[in-house]
Order: sequence, then C-alpha cells, then structure tokens
Amino acid sequence: MRLASPEMPLNLAAAQHGFLSPTGVEIAFLLVGLVTFGAALVTVTTRQLVHAALWLVVALGGLAVEYLLLTAEFIAWVQVLIYVGSVVVLLLFGLMLTRAPIGRSPDADSGNRWAALTVAVAAAVALVWVVVDAFRTTWIDLNGPAAGSTRVTGESLFRHWVLPFEALSVLLLAALVGAIVLSRKAKAESESSPPPVNSRAVTESSPSVTDSGIHPVEQEGAR
Amino acid sequence: MHLAYPAVLSALLFCTGLYGVLARRNAILVLMSVELMLNAVNLNLVAFDVWLSRAARETLHSGQALTLFTIAIAAAEIGIGLAIVLAVYRNRGTSDIDKLRDTAEGPETRGPGTEGPGSSAAEKAEATA
Amino acid sequence: MTTTTLAVLVPLLPFLGAAAGLLLGRTAPGFVRPLAVLPPLASLVLAALVAVRQGGDQAVDAHTELTPTGSVPIELALHIDGFAALVAILVAFVAACVQIYSTGYLRDDPRYPSYAALVSLFTSAMLLVVYSGDLIVLLVGWEVMGICSYFLVGHYWETPEARAASLKAFLVTKLGDVPFLIGLFALATDAGSFRITRVLGAVSSGHLHHPTLIALLLLAGVAGKSAQFPLHTWLPDAMAGPTPVSALIHAATMVAAGVYFIARLLPVFEASSAAMVVLAVMAAVTMTGSGLAALAQDDIKRVLAYSTIGQLGYMTGGLAVGDRGAAVFHLLSHGAFKALLFLAAGVIIHAAGTNSLAAMSRMHGLRDRVPDAYWTMTVALLALAAIPPFSGFFSKESVLGAAEHVATGSTDRAPGAAGWIVLVAGLLAALLTAAYATRLWLLAFRGRGAEAPDHGRQPLTMTVVLWVLAVPSLAFGGLAYRSLPSWFDGRDLTPTLLTSILGTGLALVGGLLTYGAWQRTNALAARVPAAPAPSFEWERLQGEAAAHPEGDASLVEAHALADHGPAYRDLAHAPDPGRLLLGPLHRPAAAGFHLDTVYAALFVRPVQAGASLVRFLDSAVVDTYVRGAAALPRLLGAAVRRAQTGNVQTYVSALLAGTVVLAVAVVLVASGA
Repeated sequence: MRLASPEMPLNLAAAQHGFLSPTGVEIAFLLVGLVTFGAALVTVTTRQLVHAALWLVVALGGLAVEYLLLTAEFIAWVQVLIYVGSVVVLLLFGLMLTRAPIGRSPDADSGNRWAALTVAVAAAVALVWVVVDAFRTTWIDLNGPAAGSTRVTGESLFRHWVLPFEALSVLLLAALVGAIVLSRKAKAESESSPPPVNSRAVTESSPSVTDSGIHPVEQEGAR
Repeated sequence: MHLAYPAVLSALLFCTGLYGVLARRNAILVLMSVELMLNAVNLNLVAFDVWLSRAARETLHSGQALTLFTIAIAAAEIGIGLAIVLAVYRNRGTSDIDKLRDTAEGPETRGPGTEGPGSSAAEKAEATA
Repeated sequence: MTTTTLAVLVPLLPFLGAAAGLLLGRTAPGFVRPLAVLPPLASLVLAALVAVRQGGDQAVDAHTELTPTGSVPIELALHIDGFAALVAILVAFVAACVQIYSTGYLRDDPRYPSYAALVSLFTSAMLLVVYSGDLIVLLVGWEVMGICSYFLVGHYWETPEARAASLKAFLVTKLGDVPFLIGLFALATDAGSFRITRVLGAVSSGHLHHPTLIALLLLAGVAGKSAQFPLHTWLPDAMAGPTPVSALIHAATMVAAGVYFIARLLPVFEASSAAMVVLAVMAAVTMTGSGLAALAQDDIKRVLAYSTIGQLGYMTGGLAVGDRGAAVFHLLSHGAFKALLFLAAGVIIHAAGTNSLAAMSRMHGLRDRVPDAYWTMTVALLALAAIPPFSGFFSKESVLGAAEHVATGSTDRAPGAAGWIVLVAGLLAALLTAAYATRLWLLAFRGRGAEAPDHGRQPLTMTVVLWVLAVPSLAFGGLAYRSLPSWFDGRDLTPTLLTSILGTGLALVGGLLTYGAWQRTNALAARVPAAPAPSFEWERLQGEAAAHPEGDASLVEAHALADHGPAYRDLAHAPDPGRLLLGPLHRPAAAGFHLDTVYAALFVRPVQAGASLVRFLDSAVVDTYVRGAAALPRLLGAAVRRAQTGNVQTYVSALLAGTVVLAVAVVLVASGA
C-alpha cells in the first residue's frame, strides 16, 4: 500500500515539506480546489437545471486553473476551450431543446437519491482513504521548466502518440456522423408520422404530460 | 506540492459526479455529472504525469496525452449523448431517466402505485412550467 | 455362385425390395409394383436353387463373425438343412403369391407402396429366420416379423378394430418374446454359443444343464408367435388386417416361425420329457379348442384363423411326439392350402360384400359369381379336412402316425403320454376340422335367398394365384411323402393304416354330421319363415355394398369389417349347423371360450388398477412434493422480480455499491488489515 516508501529521494523531499507548512502554490491549489469542489456539489444538487450548467462552468474552469497550477498549460487552455466553450454550450442547448423548466423544479432528483448518496459517500471515503494512505509523502517538484507547455505536449503527442491521435480523429468523425444520423432520423419520423402514442411512458402518464410532450415535437418538426 | 492534494480533489470530484449520475432525474444533468467524473480522472492523469515527469521516470507524457484523448472522447460522448437524449425526448415526450422503464419485469410492477403520487404531481408541475 | 451366396441373397432381395419400395413409394409410384413382386419371385427361384444344391444331404454351414461380442460370440451364420431349404421355398412361394394377389386386391389403396414394402420386409425377416444358423440373428428376424405384423394388421388403422388388433398382436407376441429371449440366453450360456449347430452339439453331448427350464421359456415365445394356447388370442383378432396379410401370416411367415423354431431345436426339447408333455397338452388344447371355436364363428376369416390355430396345433403335436419331419411336412402342405383358403376368402368377401357367413348363407348363387374361388376353395377345404388324396391328408396322417408310434411305445423319442394326448386330440380335431370345413363350404356356397350382388369379374392376378396355389394343395402331399424323408430326418412319412382309417373316417363323420345338421336347420328355417326374415339393417348393408360394385376389393373388405358387428347381430338367427352341433357350447365357442374376458379380468384389470394407483400416487403424492419444492423458488423469484423496476439508476446504484464493497474488501485484504 505504501507505494512511495522505497523512493528515498522523494521521501526525503516530502519530509522537508510538511502539510502544516504549505507553499504558496499549495495554498492557491487548495483554495481553487475548494471552489471547484463546491461548484461541483452545487451542480449535482441544485434544483434549477440551467444553474447546474452554469455551476458546471465554474467547476470546469476551476479545474483549468488547477491544471495551470500543475504547470500543464496546454491542457488548461484546451480545457477552457473545449469544456467551457463547447461542451457546456452544447449541454445548455440540450436543456433548451428538451424544454427543461427554467427556475426551480422540485423533481430534479429522482427517488434514488439516498441510495446514490450512500454509494457516493462510501466510494469517496474509500478512495480518499486509499489515496491519502498511498500518497501522503509524495512530493511534486514544480520548479524548473513547465511539465505541460505547448512545446512539450506537442512533441510528445506527435512523436509518441501519433497513431492514437489519428485514430481519435476518426472516432470524432464517427461521433459527428452518428450524432447527425440520430438527430435526422428522429426528425424524419416526427415529420412523416403523427405524434407517437405507442410508448408506454407516454400512454400511461397523465394527459397533461402527453400534451406537453407532444407539442414541442410537432413544432420542431414544422421548423 | 503534495501529490495528495490533486489526488484527493480528484477523488472527491469523481464521487460528486457519481452521486449526480445516480441521483439526477434529467438525462442532461446526468450527462453533466458524467463530465464531472471524466474531469476528475483528467485531473488525476495530469497530476501524476507532472509528478512522474519531474521524477524523470516517464518521458512520454502519457498522462497529458491521455488527458487530451479523454477530452476529445468526452466531446464526442456529449455529442452522441445529447443526440440520444433528444431522440428519446421526441419519442417519449420526456427526458427523465426514471420514466424510461421498458425493461421493467412484468406489467404488474408498473402502474400508478409504483410511480407514486409525488411523481405524477411533479409531472403536472413540469407540464405547466 | 456358391450355395452360400445364393442363400444370402434369398433374404436380402426382399429386404432390398422393401427398402427401395419405402424410398421410392412416393416419388416413383410406377416402380412400386415391380419392386413388390420381383424380389419374392427372385427369392423363390434362388431358394429353389439352394434346395436343389443342398438336396437334403449334409447341411450347408457358413459363418462369419462381424465383431467380437464378449464371452458368447454372435455370428452371422447360415445353417441350411433339408428343413430350411424346403421351408424357404414355401415362404418365398407364398410371399410371391401374396404379392401378386395384392397388386389386384389393393390396386386402389393409397397406402399400397408402404403395404407392399412391409410385406417384403416381412418375407425377408421370415427367410432370415429360416436360414439363420445363429440364434441371435434368428431373433432379429423374429422381432422384425413382430413389428411388421403390427403394421400390416393395422393397415386399416382408421377402424378401431384394426388398431386394437394390431396392438394386441404386438403385445401378445411380445409377452411370449420376453421369456423367449431369456430362454435363448440361458441356452447360449449352457451351450457356450448362439450357433445352432453348437447348441445341438452341446445337447447331444449332455452339456445342457437346465433343459426343462430352457425348453419351457422358449415354448412361451413359440406359443406367442405360433398362436398356441394360451397366447393364441391375437390371431383371430388379426383378421382386421387385409386378407393377403392374413394369408401371409397364417400360411408361411409369422405363425410358421414358432413351429419351425422348435423343429430346429427339437433335441433341446427332447432333452426334457416334461417339456414334451407340456407341448403335447398345449397342442391338444389348441387343436380341440380352436376346432370348437371355428365351428361357432360367423366371420369367414375368423373361421380360417381358428383353423390355422388348430393346424398349428397339429404341427406342435407332431413336434411333441418328437417327429419334426411330420411337423414340417404339415407346415409345408398347410402353408399352401391355408394361403389358398385366405386368398379365396378374400375373393369371396369381395364378391359378397360381407365377411359374415350368415349373410352369405342368405345369398343365392355366390359360387357362380366367383367360380375360380369356388373350385379352389373346395380343393383347399378338402385338403384342410384331410380327405385323401389331398395334400392335407398325407401330412396330417404323418403326424397322427408319429403319435401312434409314440403312444404304442414303438419309439422312445417322446413320453408315451404325449403320444396318447396328441393322438386322441388329433383324432378329435380331425372330426372338428371336417365339421367346420363343411360348415364353411355349405354356408358360403350353398346359400339360399336373394341373388348375390354382381361385382363383375375378379382381377386376373387374383384368380390366377388361386389356381397356382390349388396345385400344391391338391397334389403336394401325395407326391412328396415318399421323397421328403430324404430331406428330413429320414423317418417314414407314409400314412399308417390304422390312423388313416380312423382319421378319414372321423373326418367323413364330421362332414356328414354337419351336412345333416345343415339340412335340418334349413328345414326348420323353411317351416318358420318369419323368424329368419332379412332385417332392415341387412337390406341397408347389402344396398351399400352394391352401391360401389366396381370398388377396390380391399375397400369392400374394410367396409365389411366395419359393418360386421351390426350385420352379425341381426343375422344371428340364420340357419347355422354349427349352432345345432355345438348346442350349449355355441355361445362360449363363438366368443373364443371367453379367454379374452378371462385375460381382461386376470391381467388387464389389475394392471389398469395398478396404473391408476400409480397415477394417483404420482399426481396426488409426488406432485405435492414437487409443487412444494417449487413454492420456495417461486416466492424467491417473485421477490427478485420486484427488484426489476426498469429504473436504470437503481441498477447502476446496486452495481456501484457492490463495486465499492469489493474494492474495500480487496484493499483490506491486500493491506493485511
């Protein structure tokens, strides 16, 4: 379990840096980390769906700052660009398109909440316990050249990771096509046929839900 | 910097995402929680990469490369996931995960009794919103 | 070709014909008739060749062992002596006649292809039994005959009688076959081989340790196959099959197999005098009982069936007195005239549209409608009644002569008691045989009443076969009794004076008595015209039979079988000499002395009661435990089913909770905590 115990130099280095005498970077990391964790908690607990997306922006941005503190610059900017810039925007679009209620919705959490809480807390306790037990003496030396500058990352990426990189581009293409196909198919169906009434969820729920569920579809199809 | 800080933060973020996946009703919120979990993993990867590259034991920067890959895959995942959610929403008129119960065992386990009065009231609230 | 090759081909050809017929029956109907007729004819030629080459000299023996079969070897063996050669000719001859006759008799039958193939298979199995030199190979043919008889008797399976009769034939013969099988094993264990030659060698050198037990076990199988008392009840019921099948079963194949088997293994039986006495008693009871029953039957085919049982009784009687030459002689001549009797009866049933003798006795001029059947049947009945110079006389007198030899103690091949039993019963049976033969002839051909319906001429294939069979019925016995001993054991088969006079005299007495009784009943019937008036039912039946005069012979027969019950009930008051002769015995005799009822009370009911008890135990007791055992899993299943809510999040929660627990456990174990 003591993964780092044979690493004498690191142990020595860690021995020089106690938890009770944090460096500046550590303090910054801790503060940003608290903000990130808090934003994440709000994201998964808030009753306002749009707010959840906005708090997610805060959490992801906080993570970008953490990457910067870990001297991984390139990753940090990619994080900002892709997550904050596109993923969250996509999620917001998704919320809008599915007519997510704006404002507080009392049923944002399912009845599974307490089981979920139990599992999550248990997992957190187990993970934190194991991680702390394993890495409490490990020290990252952040001095010297940045470990994740664009140059370093690019060199490693295009020197050692070219093939997976290209494969990933194919995967992205496939995902793009797949997303288009999925959306188009649904659209064609909703245009050609009357609103579906065969699904059990729709037929067995109350009429008001059916109405609210069907009309947007028709409108979309008309658009 | 102690490696324990990013590691613990990553673990906590992961469990937060886990809770979100299990507890949220709206499928898009579930997707958000999945993003949180992925990011927790990313943080872990970056922290360990920095540590190992400083210790000169690993020069491939595999952690950062994998992080980039994860980000790309996450982007693809969110695209597909949203497309699926939209399709489900068009078909079923809802994007609530706990209403998609076609795999439930037998017709008798489904019905007004199991859904509970609270949920039907919530549906009405959602419909009027 | 060597004699062995020829002999192998004899059973093989009908088998190949049967296989080809079954395969091609649907796709190439044109080949069915040649495939049915040609293999038996070829077998007949080959069997004749084999007989000529063998010539009654040293037996032809050939054997090959396919594979080692443990302590007692089973070999493919041929053993052709004079008996085998001659019986094979008879089998092939009758089978060929039956096949030719069937082409006319069942010409419109939709199931003719399978029928012909089964007859060929039947023939092949019997030929295998005849030629086989190994008891297990013989058993194979023996059992194949059993299953073929099941299918053929059940040919008209649309009628419940045929279904019941086929099942009965199968089950009763199997009832005998079980002890038969055990007997074979015991015999082989004692003799150390299944080869017939070695078994006989062991017997002559005294290595057989339990001759009585083995003989009695084998006797049970023979009684089932050869329809001897008390396992004879299947044979009269087997009349539900088509008439050619009856001819085949009764004349040459099935029932002959039992007699032939004893003839082959006679030394085994002779080793036990108790077995010989049992055989004699069996033969005596069979002879007299069947004679009485035959005198009371109304169905012409049942009369012939009981007569078959009786003639088989003569054969077993001949065996019981240790003279297998006489028994097989009677088997040969009986095969010819009994086949003729059945085939002619088929023609008569076709012409009359009924199989009821009482109904025929109300028909005028039936003999003019079927002159071929009339003349040939007359010949065959004379042979059956053992009137000289017909062939039945010589063979029957040889049996009686052998019995007389034993009874008077001039030979010690069999106990004297067996001789006396066979002699007395044989003479009594001669009287009865002549009586029922005369009754059959009078009722069928001397009927008085309405004109017989005209169905046109019979097919040529059917009438020609009758004349072909009439030749040996007429002349075989007289021509052969001098030359046959050289083929058989060498003992004289010439009729002795005393038994000839006694037997023929009794036969004449029987015939005359029947004729007198017939005259008397006719006179009574003429004096009281109201009583035997034809009923409405009879008119209807006759009208129906006349409604399709061009119909296929087998269709008419099936129709007649189905309608027999009501017709017989209403015609019970027909002038019947049998009724007068038998007096109070008539009713039990008509019902086969109620043996079926006795069997039903003794065996069927207890078995049914046991079965219902078992069924009750199964459904009420065993099933209770089964249901009880199923209740707990069902409850558990219901509980588990409640967990299947369809909510994915619940599933994932459970999954992850399990994962966490496992991970913690692994960490604890790995860290040694």
